[in-house]
Amino acid sequence: MREWGRSGRPVAGTNVMQLRSATCFLTIRRACKLDPCRAPLHAAPPEGDPSTNHHPTGAVPIPAQSERKEVNMKKTIILGAIAAAGLSATVASAGTLDDVKARGYLQCGVTTGLVGFAAPDANGEWHGFDADFCRAVAAAIFGDPNKVKFTPTTGKTRFTALASGEVDMLARNTTWTFTRDVDLKFTFAGVNYYDGQGFMVRKDLGVSSAKELNGATVCIQTGTTTELNLADYFRSNGMEYEPVPIETNAEARQQFLAGACDVYTTDRSGLAATRATFENPDDYVILPETISKEPLGPLSRHGDEQWSDLIRWTLNALISAEELGITSANIDELRKGTNNPEINRILGTEGNLGAMLGLDKDWAYNAIKAVGNYGELFDKYLKPIGLDRGLNAQWKNGGLIYSPPFR
Amino acid sequence: MAETTYVRTEMLPPKPPPPTQTGVIGWLRENLFDGWKNTLLTLVALYVIYALLSAALPWFLHAVWNAESLNECREIIKASWGPEADGACFAVIRDRWHQMLYGFYPQDLYWRPNLAFVLMLVALSPVLFPNLPRKMLVFSLIYPFLGYWLLWGGTVWAPVSWALGFILGYFAFILVNDRGGTILAAIAAVVVPVLWWLFGAGPFADLVQSLIPISLADVESRQFGGFMLSVTIGITGIVGSLPLGIILALGRQSNLLMVKSLSVGFIEFIRGVPLITLLFVASTLLNIFMPPGTNFDIILRVVIMVTLFSAAYVAEVVRGGLAALPKGQYEAAAALGLDYWKSMRLVILPQALKIAIPGIVSTFIGLFKDTTLVSIIGLMDPIGLTNAIRANAEWQGIIWELYGFVALVFWIFCFSMSRYSMYLESRLETGHR
Repeated sequence: MREWGRSGRPVAGTNVMQLRSATCFLTIRRACKLDPCRAPLHAAPPEGDPSTNHHPTGAVPIPAQSERKEVNMKKTIILGAIAAAGLSATVASAGTLDDVKARGYLQCGVTTGLVGFAAPDANGEWHGFDADFCRAVAAAIFGDPNKVKFTPTTGKTRFTALASGEVDMLARNTTWTFTRDVDLKFTFAGVNYYDGQGFMVRKDLGVSSAKELNGATVCIQTGTTTELNLADYFRSNGMEYEPVPIETNAEARQQFLAGACDVYTTDRSGLAATRATFENPDDYVILPETISKEPLGPLSRHGDEQWSDLIRWTLNALISAEELGITSANIDELRKGTNNPEINRILGTEGNLGAMLGLDKDWAYNAIKAVGNYGELFDKYLKPIGLDRGLNAQWKNGGLIYSPPFR
Repeated sequence: MAETTYVRTEMLPPKPPPPTQTGVIGWLRENLFDGWKNTLLTLVALYVIYALLSAALPWFLHAVWNAESLNECREIIKASWGPEADGACFAVIRDRWHQMLYGFYPQDLYWRPNLAFVLMLVALSPVLFPNLPRKMLVFSLIYPFLGYWLLWGGTVWAPVSWALGFILGYFAFILVNDRGGTILAAIAAVVVPVLWWLFGAGPFADLVQSLIPISLADVESRQFGGFMLSVTIGITGIVGSLPLGIILALGRQSNLLMVKSLSVGFIEFIRGVPLITLLFVASTLLNIFMPPGTNFDIILRVVIMVTLFSAAYVAEVVRGGLAALPKGQYEAAAALGLDYWKSMRLVILPQALKIAIPGIVSTFIGLFKDTTLVSIIGLMDPIGLTNAIRANAEWQGIIWELYGFVALVFWIFCFSMSRYSMYLESRLETGHR
């Protein structure tokens, strides 16, 4: 554990960190997505260091006072600012799980608001498909789905929030792509929703396939991958289109309803959610073609396999639970013991899978009990906004949702 | 000579002016139908007003205040006003007004921001209205610490120990000034509080808290939102940027090369960079620069950036005021034997600031409205909240009502500021022009 002294000088043995920071400043342009600079720190976990490792705030406590952490927190925030003492911070230790446990809650990055996936209700509680996945992870760790704090992130701030440690994980309808995985150095825990770009048109246009859209005006969000996908699709099919650039979904909705464009294109989940709120949803159809792959999933930072395993297998537990017929309603009964060894392993009545993750044996039970299995989540949040299972059905039903075995 | 044959013995009573010159008709003729050009303009304007009202009035008249969702609103409107009717769904405001005002602040603690707001008005009033007793200024000095404590909670001794830093700095200045001169004293006035904040304030607050525990429930910055967030950022930025801006303006006119070039460099750098860039620096770059695990409060980062940004603009407005003063004022102050600070405080600044009032207030109004930019970095200001509210299935697709509400509240704030500036100008008008 490296700590910075209150004076801003590194405590003995922190020279590496100092040098690394300096390198960060100099080469910030590209190479420093943080992890490259920090990797050696993570790779060399502290040994035999004082118990003040997990101080989240940058406070440098007198060890005997570490229980007054909460009080210290406020102060250091302000003082840190006044004296630019932000540098006198405790470096996050190697284990995200240990940090989260010491902190007592999970910090989960969600979207600032997307129908069905995450939105605050009138009491300020975040609900939705992604938000409840955060709750499942919190339940797996703490046995309490409410030990999670949500940080709303925009498309622009989400990756720095994760890379800088402001959040422990993102569950924010983020597409799994090569560059995000390899270059930005994030670990995707899996796919919790297979999305893809689609088209919506007015029914009275009489169009039944995207192939018939030659010459159409298309409302398209600028600066997104959907814009590029659209151009590719029309070009490869030898068709012309006229783009109507728009900025947000709300604007697109207005433009489309006002007839400024014939077609609105974005992810199919977004199309369905938008269509569900039209005054006459039946006057509009979503065309059958899906022109891009948008696998959405939760992600964490590279370099902490224990933590990314935990997220991955929490997701897999929810998926397997649906496959094996474990629901939040019957889980207590199944936990008394079944003849299916895999159910028993998931619920912790056989084997010790939880201990391997650094959790207790009830971890998956707690997660499923708290939010329900994958199918229950889908029915609760995504079905009401007009999404059907489609690609997101269990593999046995012809979908892509598939969990590796628990054994 | 003939006597005055035509002299009347009594005065004629005054006749009323012709009907076309008085009353409604006269006013209409004079103001609206004065020649064919004005008549044409009047007719066009009347048509525009009619068109606006005929579109907007039914929308307001059909408004629904009691509903659970947008669809329910639509059903109610259709049921009461026919299938083609269109109407406002103000039910969303009724459902979420507290969120628009307080964000995610715990509902049972709403009294704290309310009290902080009222006390803020009390603290501002002696600054804004000079006919109030001067002793109230003491409260204005205490208020920043009190307001912080009310909003964020925690132990009361933390803000008390920060305040102590300022008091220590003051005494350090007095003590050193007697022995070592002004420059040393100024250095001591900076170093002593900083040392105190770094090493003394924390343990001191902990110690006193353990002896006399007084604390409020903690509220985290992430729970701030809505207009409370805008006002917090806006007012802190305004209060912080005025003194900073004045100092920068004076620094820009200084004869000391270092002071002058630093001021010019700062002002020109900040004015050359858009606010949104600074906000991105606050929210993302700082995260990357600082060691992982550092928790540097996001609202504080934003407030610092907004203050610096606005200070650069205030500095230029104040410089305009300083430049507008005739050179004779500076010379007169010097001839009276006043030193630099006294001449600035007693002669130059009171006149320069008076000239600069409209510009300063414009900057502040702009700053207050710019606080909505924080929605781009994921803070839940009123604009960010409209998006979050629309992300609920029941309110998806609602636009005018939410933005209208945000616009109305912003207008009230900004209009009050502009009225105050007009009051201040008329009160300070001494007829030199």
